[in-house]
Amino acid sequence: MKLEPLGDSAVVATLGSKIDRSTLASVLRFSGALVAARGRGILDVVPAYATVTVFYDPHQFAEPGEDAYATVCHFIEACAALARGGRFAPAPSTIEIPVCYGGEFGPDLEEVAERAKMAPGRFAALHAGADYLVHAIGFTPGFPYLGGLPHALQTPRRDTPRVRVAAGSVGIGGAQTGVYPLASPGGWQIIGRTPLALFRPALQPPALLKAGDHVRFRSISASELGTWT
Amino acid sequence: MDVKVIRAGMLTTVQDLGRRGHLAEGVPVGGAADPFALRIANLLVGNAEDAPGLEITLTGPELEFEEAVWVAACGARFEGVPAWRPIRLEPGERLKFGKCLQGCRAYLSVSGGIDVDWALGGRGTFLSAGFGGFHGRALRDGDVVRCVPSARTLTGHWSLDERMLPAYSQEPTVRAIPGAQAKEFGGALYAQRFEVTVQSDRMGIRLSGLRLERSGWGDLVSAAVAPGTLQVPPDGNPIVLMADAQTLGGYPRVAHAAAVDLSLLAQLAPGDGVRFVETSVAEAHALARARERDVALLRQGLASKIRPT
Repeated sequence: MKLEPLGDSAVVATLGSKIDRSTLASVLRFSGALVAARGRGILDVVPAYATVTVFYDPHQFAEPGEDAYATVCHFIEACAALARGGRFAPAPSTIEIPVCYGGEFGPDLEEVAERAKMAPGRFAALHAGADYLVHAIGFTPGFPYLGGLPHALQTPRRDTPRVRVAAGSVGIGGAQTGVYPLASPGGWQIIGRTPLALFRPALQPPALLKAGDHVRFRSISASELGTWT
Repeated sequence: MDVKVIRAGMLTTVQDLGRRGHLAEGVPVGGAADPFALRIANLLVGNAEDAPGLEITLTGPELEFEEAVWVAACGARFEGVPAWRPIRLEPGERLKFGKCLQGCRAYLSVSGGIDVDWALGGRGTFLSAGFGGFHGRALRDGDVVRCVPSARTLTGHWSLDERMLPAYSQEPTVRAIPGAQAKEFGGALYAQRFEVTVQSDRMGIRLSGLRLERSGWGDLVSAAVAPGTLQVPPDGNPIVLMADAQTLGGYPRVAHAAAVDLSLLAQLAPGDGVRFVETSVAEAHALARARERDVALLRQGLASKIRPT
């Protein structure tokens, strides 16, 4: 594990250099232990891919002569042992996300299918047939970066990002797939849309998914998309 | 107590000192881009430092106050509104922000504080997700904003000793802590003046200057970023992330602005310049402690001047 500062208010713990399931598993064990053990002055713990970033309030470690950065690093190192057993890793959920593929809701499906040399229906079926893992939540609130996209479906981002991607859009960006919870600018290839709300600020927790959750997509028709409540 | 928005200005939002505990869900800290200015504005009218106030951007609003009230405007200076001191307004009186004379963002605190609901542990507006603050959006002409009633008496005529202000400038030097990829960029960040471009907002300040060339190569694995992070996209023009920035980033990080200097960055308008000078984490913490001592002194000094009635 490598520790380094992210400015004067956070420490990044790097646990690996690759995006893979075993690195993510150690990241989640570690972030779970940090959350369980955190006390005053630790503000946020952010697991993502191969790192856990710990945000702290330096004023809470401001005893005369105290080095806030070193104190936080000691805390992080002390949590390494706690993480080893894995009992603080959050229990992963499996969430099914209904998606209406193609048409007006997935304007890029035909193009990415052609690029992958398969029919759009086959492309959508392969997308819906895979098991995905949430590597991180970010970009916009609740946006899941999903690993596990079949190799044949991997497609580079669009050359020119769209100014506005509709909320619920399901996209492909390189080796990852994801869902835009809110309307936002976006550069991913949009292949479908879900009626499911992935970010609900009035609920606790506000994000439907968390890092470590499993996701499966289920193909639905345009009429099902319209009648979803 | 109601405040009527006669004209909303370019971008006027309710902001506090941000929300914590939701970064892992992709929700940024948000809050005032210049937290120092909001804290002082609140202290000057007897509020808690984290009470919600209005963040006013470049073109200010015109507001009408239903009842007698104390307000304070800190940060950017606007024609017609004295900065860094309490202002007494009589019932029905209007406060009109004229031309922006200096800086980019002013913070208006009203004694009692703006009355908005909590959302995810904060009361600030997160514009891109449309929640928090005043109905999740910027103020519009004709809105009526409710304030928490407060009866306070301020004694004497006085203003803030401006020697305690950050070194606000249109050409500031910002102290920066080296980032994870700092070595791959050599010292180029510290050797030039960057200009603030018009593509700058609460999410980030896009700078232009001599292209920062990275000697390293290969994609980085995305990880958390923070307000103050200086990312360098492939075009070589650094972006300083601000209060509403996304929580993860995959671009190389050349440096991170010291937290105390976020106030200087928040006051930069398009066309302004900025230079960076290298500092350490320990030095940045010492600067933050000195800032807190100043604020604590002000808080003590004000205790004798502001009384509940």
